[in-house]
Amino acid sequence: MKFGIGQPVGRLEDRRFVTGRGRFLDDLRIDGALHLAVVRSPVAHARIRSVDVTAAEAVEGVVAVVTAERMDPEGRMHIPCLVPLKNRDGSRRADPPRPVLARDRVRHAGEAVAFVVAESRAAAEAAAEAVAVDWEELPAVVDPARADAAAVTLHEAAPRNVAFDWHFGDEAAVAEAFARAAHVTRLELVNNRVVPCAMEPRACLAHPEEGTGRLVVWVPSQGVWLHRQLLARLLGLPEARIRVRTPDVGGGFGMKIFVYPEYVMVAWAAHTLGRPVRWTAGRGESFLADTHGRGHVTVAELAFDADARMLAYRVRVRADMGAYLSNYAPFIPTLAALKVLTGVYRIPAVSYGVLGVFTNTQPVDAYRGAGRPESIYALERLVDVAARELGLPPEELRRRNMIAPEEMPYRTAAGETYDSGEFVRLMEACMTRADWAGAAARREEARRRGRLRGIGMAYYIEATMGDAEERARVRFLEDGTVEVAVGTQSTGQGHETAYAQILAERLGVPPERVRVVQGDTDVMEEGGGTGGSRSLTAEGTALLEAAARVIEKGRLAAAHHFEAAVDDVVFADGVFRVRGTDREIALLELARLVASWRERPAGLESGLDADAEITLSAYSYPNGCHIAEVEVDPETGTVDLVRYTVVDDFGVVLNPLLVAGQVHGGIAQGVGQALLEHAVFDPDWGQLLTGSFADYALPRADRLPFVDFSYIEIPCRHNPLGVKGCGEAGSIGAPPAVVNAVMDALAPLGIRHLDMPLTPARVRAAVAAAGG
Amino acid sequence: MPRVVMRVNGKEVSGEVEPRTLLVEFLREHLGLTGTHVGCDTSQCGCCVVHLDGRSVKSCTVLAVQCEGAEVLTIEGLARNGELHPIQRAFHECHGLQCGFCTPGMIMSALELLQRHPAPTEPQVRAWLEGNLCRCTGYHNIVRAILQAAEEMRQAPRPAA
Repeated sequence: MKFGIGQPVGRLEDRRFVTGRGRFLDDLRIDGALHLAVVRSPVAHARIRSVDVTAAEAVEGVVAVVTAERMDPEGRMHIPCLVPLKNRDGSRRADPPRPVLARDRVRHAGEAVAFVVAESRAAAEAAAEAVAVDWEELPAVVDPARADAAAVTLHEAAPRNVAFDWHFGDEAAVAEAFARAAHVTRLELVNNRVVPCAMEPRACLAHPEEGTGRLVVWVPSQGVWLHRQLLARLLGLPEARIRVRTPDVGGGFGMKIFVYPEYVMVAWAAHTLGRPVRWTAGRGESFLADTHGRGHVTVAELAFDADARMLAYRVRVRADMGAYLSNYAPFIPTLAALKVLTGVYRIPAVSYGVLGVFTNTQPVDAYRGAGRPESIYALERLVDVAARELGLPPEELRRRNMIAPEEMPYRTAAGETYDSGEFVRLMEACMTRADWAGAAARREEARRRGRLRGIGMAYYIEATMGDAEERARVRFLEDGTVEVAVGTQSTGQGHETAYAQILAERLGVPPERVRVVQGDTDVMEEGGGTGGSRSLTAEGTALLEAAARVIEKGRLAAAHHFEAAVDDVVFADGVFRVRGTDREIALLELARLVASWRERPAGLESGLDADAEITLSAYSYPNGCHIAEVEVDPETGTVDLVRYTVVDDFGVVLNPLLVAGQVHGGIAQGVGQALLEHAVFDPDWGQLLTGSFADYALPRADRLPFVDFSYIEIPCRHNPLGVKGCGEAGSIGAPPAVVNAVMDALAPLGIRHLDMPLTPARVRAAVAAAGG
Repeated sequence: MPRVVMRVNGKEVSGEVEPRTLLVEFLREHLGLTGTHVGCDTSQCGCCVVHLDGRSVKSCTVLAVQCEGAEVLTIEGLARNGELHPIQRAFHECHGLQCGFCTPGMIMSALELLQRHPAPTEPQVRAWLEGNLCRCTGYHNIVRAILQAAEEMRQAPRPAA
């Protein structure tokens, strides 16, 4: 079957995007919509002495100027953090309030203190400029490594700026193992803070719904349900009074999961004024008001026995939370990172401690990979450094410690049960494709050209699932369309195609008849959204279940129609047949027929339409090997990524074309983090110095090579499709592979470790310091 | 307010605009041509690339009043009679887009590249795209798509408009 599972099907959604007919949030048009502009703090930390809106209110076209006092006189509108987390002493994490509008204090540059609603965007922006705030500036806490020792605290509810002090593992067992270790490798490293930078800036449009009076809120989300829940809570409305919708989304990468203050402002303004209100972030606002990612300062130690086998792993992280706890922020460096803390290795004992700290910077939350890139980066860097110290090739140290296929299912010291994986096989396959054996000759050839060439590998494992529950609903429409409502949200992954592939194969219907519906709380009452590479594992399973129910109903209907026994009706290739007869009917024809029946037998009251709700029993564990090869120009410090090879195990691959796209994009983000990207703050005053695309270096086409991507399918045992999830993998494997390659290039100079991003300035300084 | 008249996608259009109105605002807000996107405010991202008198420009960096009498081509005007331009087709066939937000600017930028250099090398394509950011694809399939489109356009040149 050309369209079935495993085929590189071209995307059904492409035509609208290549012809300019995609519909992103800022493309929506509603007559008479008012424009909202946000008044933001120009400083990172300050007391607000007063806010004067007189001049702003006098600007022509202004409808309302709203401060915290006006919007929320009782001080109740706080955006909650939804993650419960216990400190190591059993107490609960700090929970300082995060107001929609700052009242008496701002805690990061860009924090909202007021907003203006006006007839035009120009008027709204002019009036926002005219709001006069009297600031009493305070020293800023910027460096997460020293935040808990800072003289200033951000929140009364968080002494020493500590959001949480969390620990997992057996400290005593780890200490004992370290005491008897033949070798210990220790590394201090920074997982640089980065900005997600979806190309579509965030936006929001809210309006009263004609006829019902409900509030309709459009947001570029990764799932509408969280937004409905929190907007209802903050506005004090029943959830039934709010409908949340999401149109085409121009990239999310985790950052568009969350509920942001601007959405509450827009929704509140539309509700209060009874008129449509819209807001679209400029890129500068995106840098100041989107969540950032990563931001870890880590000390990691790995203990080995005399045979270079891993005995124990101790990791201490200071995780930057920014000024407030975003919706899921504390989960990322703790429980999410923990899942793959031990990577693909047999490590009998772990001790993992995370100190979450507040700084006067934008809130930090999930960004592609969310905790797992941080864990894998630390471990895979450590393994490379250890190999050098132990005098072993890096692949040999990995091989010696990798969990073998016959050990599956394998329970790790971090508490995960890996179901499947053939790590040595994939590593060797990747080494072959990357011509690992030929690297020495290429290094020598480069040396003659005055260039330092290096090769590096990383073996990542990921844990995917997110919300274990998911739903699907299949409806047969009168015009012959099979409509599938889902609880996930595509932000570019190609769900319209992938889901159609599953249904087209299972139901034997033409794919062009399948229409995927997403992004509307009226269509699906609940859903888990897209995040954690869960869409195919969770939604795919729900689609299979829904398809199975359609087929069961179809057998019932066909039996009724042909006056045969249900047990005699079989289904194959989209057709129901009565065994031993020539009676048969196609699924879509049967659906139409059943819809026309005035009286329907029990079980067919809703025709062949079917709903499914599933709960996944366990996580899936995509894994794979990345090999990067780089050339460093010692005179300029420039790093050229000259070759990139990746072999992944994503379980069963539904659509190789889409999977390759995910891998390419993830690698580009990982390479960006390794070589280019860095959210840099003024160390004293907390200003984001990289607040535009002119300063924040996203990878461009000329900084990246083609990627040699291939995969080996080792089916997941935890879901019926056998899929493992591929969305985040690239961004997990790439940073350690690239840094390992650069460190390999610089090893002859005696350079042991450099922190990301490996910018020309940083590399050149290290080379110079090493006498190069 | 000044009145501006230009041709957009072959049709004469006009509007009263504030002098500060950017071409991209004119296209999106006055003409409803929302295929041209705005991804930044510093002329870095290239989501807003259109053709102005046959040259690719970032429409966030051109004032609408500068386009008096000009010929503007946007992504909406590229397909003819429902038939995709070879670059549009190649982006689809090579999976050169994911979220689709940068795509119109990428395609319009690639159009000028292939008009100037019908047989670009891979490094030439990558260098040409320095003014267009994509966060989804890692550029891998965008570069492949442009190379494929170049090949196709050399073999079957499209008649001029």
